[in-house]
Amino acid sequence: MKNNNLKGWLYLLPAILFLGAFLVYPLIDVLIYSFEESFNFASQSSTGIGGFNYSYVLHDPYFLKALRNTFILVAVTVPLSTMIALFISVALSSVKKLRELFQTVYFLPYVTNTLAVGLVFMILFKQTPYSDGLINVILGVFGMSPVDFIGGPYWAKMLVLCVYTVWIVMPFKILILTGSLASVDNTYYNAAKVDGTSRFRVFRRITLPMISPTLFYLIITGFIGAFKAYSDAVALFGTQLNAAEMNTIVGYIYDMLYGSSGGYPSYASAAAIILFCIVLTITCINLLVSKKHVHYS
Amino acid sequence: MDFDKIEKTARYKRRALNTLIYVFLGIWALIVLFPFYWMVLTSLKSYGSYNAEWIPKLFTLDLTLENYFSAFTAVPLAKYFLNTVIFTLGTTALMLAVTVLAAFAFSRLEFRGKNLAFTLFLSLMMIPGELVVITNYVTATNLELRNTFTGLILPSVASVFYIYLLKENFSQIPDELYYAAKVDGTGDLKYLFKVMIPICKPTIITVTILKVIECWNSYVWPRLVTDEQAYFLVSNGIQEIRENGFGRDNIPAMMAAVVVISVPLIILFLIFRRRIMAGVARGGMKG
Repeated sequence: MKNNNLKGWLYLLPAILFLGAFLVYPLIDVLIYSFEESFNFASQSSTGIGGFNYSYVLHDPYFLKALRNTFILVAVTVPLSTMIALFISVALSSVKKLRELFQTVYFLPYVTNTLAVGLVFMILFKQTPYSDGLINVILGVFGMSPVDFIGGPYWAKMLVLCVYTVWIVMPFKILILTGSLASVDNTYYNAAKVDGTSRFRVFRRITLPMISPTLFYLIITGFIGAFKAYSDAVALFGTQLNAAEMNTIVGYIYDMLYGSSGGYPSYASAAAIILFCIVLTITCINLLVSKKHVHYS
Repeated sequence: MDFDKIEKTARYKRRALNTLIYVFLGIWALIVLFPFYWMVLTSLKSYGSYNAEWIPKLFTLDLTLENYFSAFTAVPLAKYFLNTVIFTLGTTALMLAVTVLAAFAFSRLEFRGKNLAFTLFLSLMMIPGELVVITNYVTATNLELRNTFTGLILPSVASVFYIYLLKENFSQIPDELYYAAKVDGTGDLKYLFKVMIPICKPTIITVTILKVIECWNSYVWPRLVTDEQAYFLVSNGIQEIRENGFGRDNIPAMMAAVVVISVPLIILFLIFRRRIMAGVARGGMKG
């Protein structure tokens, strides 16, 4: 038995080493970093322990801007993408012909490189000296004057970021929702059919309650994912996100760590912990709200 | 007579609704596919004709492959490509070895502290990557692992979720098989390779593909740990190309690079479509 004990841990050893070195140790370390004041990268020393890093980050206008951008992005994309995904999934579940084809097509954005396809979105929306860009041409048909969505006014840039984010997160949501819709027991629908219930009522009274746990799961993961938005913004606006006014919290963390504005792991750590606390709070609120509305059979 | 009428209107209504649904689905399919069409089309337009189009043409037969040549000659796209392949293969191979061994320990072996260890492993799934990347960056810098494949690969290897996925699958193999092998004098490792891995091949393939996709698209860690072009992966490469590659306005060449980067994953997806979608549905997340 003793021999077996050792063997078990031996098989686990590689996993423990990797996880310990690159997941557990950093987690503890980042907490320490965030409280070490004026940490010096070169000498690896600090002047003391305290909350200065947090107060610096919370007073940094770049961080506040990133915070605002992230909150707008979350508030717009999470409800929007969940709702569109629900519509599409319900529509998809009600047809038989071509369903596989549609499912495959809808999943395509999931397997593409966010940065690469982001470039395509950029050229679709960008206004250059040579062309207004396809989107502007289309909007022009409806009588709108051209806007530079990539280098222009704030609302336009935010709009593109939201559009691209919705486009990118949709495959996951559609996949999960169609799976959930398919697993609803048919007897409920048959019973409703016998009673002559209208389609809308069936949806509200049967489908929605049955899939509410899945819907709720998507909302939580959607919130978490949107709070961590970063590469979408880089894909559209380039790496100088502060200059483009389009930075996100995660972008702020990396900027503090690296690049021309980098070299401040303490500030980066403090910002990362703040982000973590925000996500945790929102998730807890979500859980509390769900207790009231989600139907677990 | 009235009954006929009612049935007719009902059928008519149903057909109208069906058409509406298909139109709606078609529109979304168009929104999804259009960026792909646009990148392929733009990559085939010549530099001159692209910039001459004040209103971009939705379709043209005046196509050229010159952008693909300049994508491979004007910027080191082939190098980025090769780096990504090395990174992906290295990370995935290491991940598989680590994952299979750990999943085997959790599913088949009995040892003290197993349940506690498994619970701790699962709780690690909640740690957000943004938190740990900071220390990892400092560690990599201190160990002088920046701009090396070791530095790129090692922090990307471990994944608790895949261990969990494989452990669940391994646990479904009946115990009798294990005892029978024991009676025959088969060692644990041999049993793992000759029995468990072949039986669980579908799950292992799923895990592999999901990891390959993850590696191919990873951007944040490679960007932090490499600043020499010789070690750029495709994600950083495309960013580099965009910022100072062909000259800012050579969009067709840029799109050619984007096509080259996107095609391998799309092919992989079309081959393993069902597996990938089932794997993602079981808990995969983007990023």
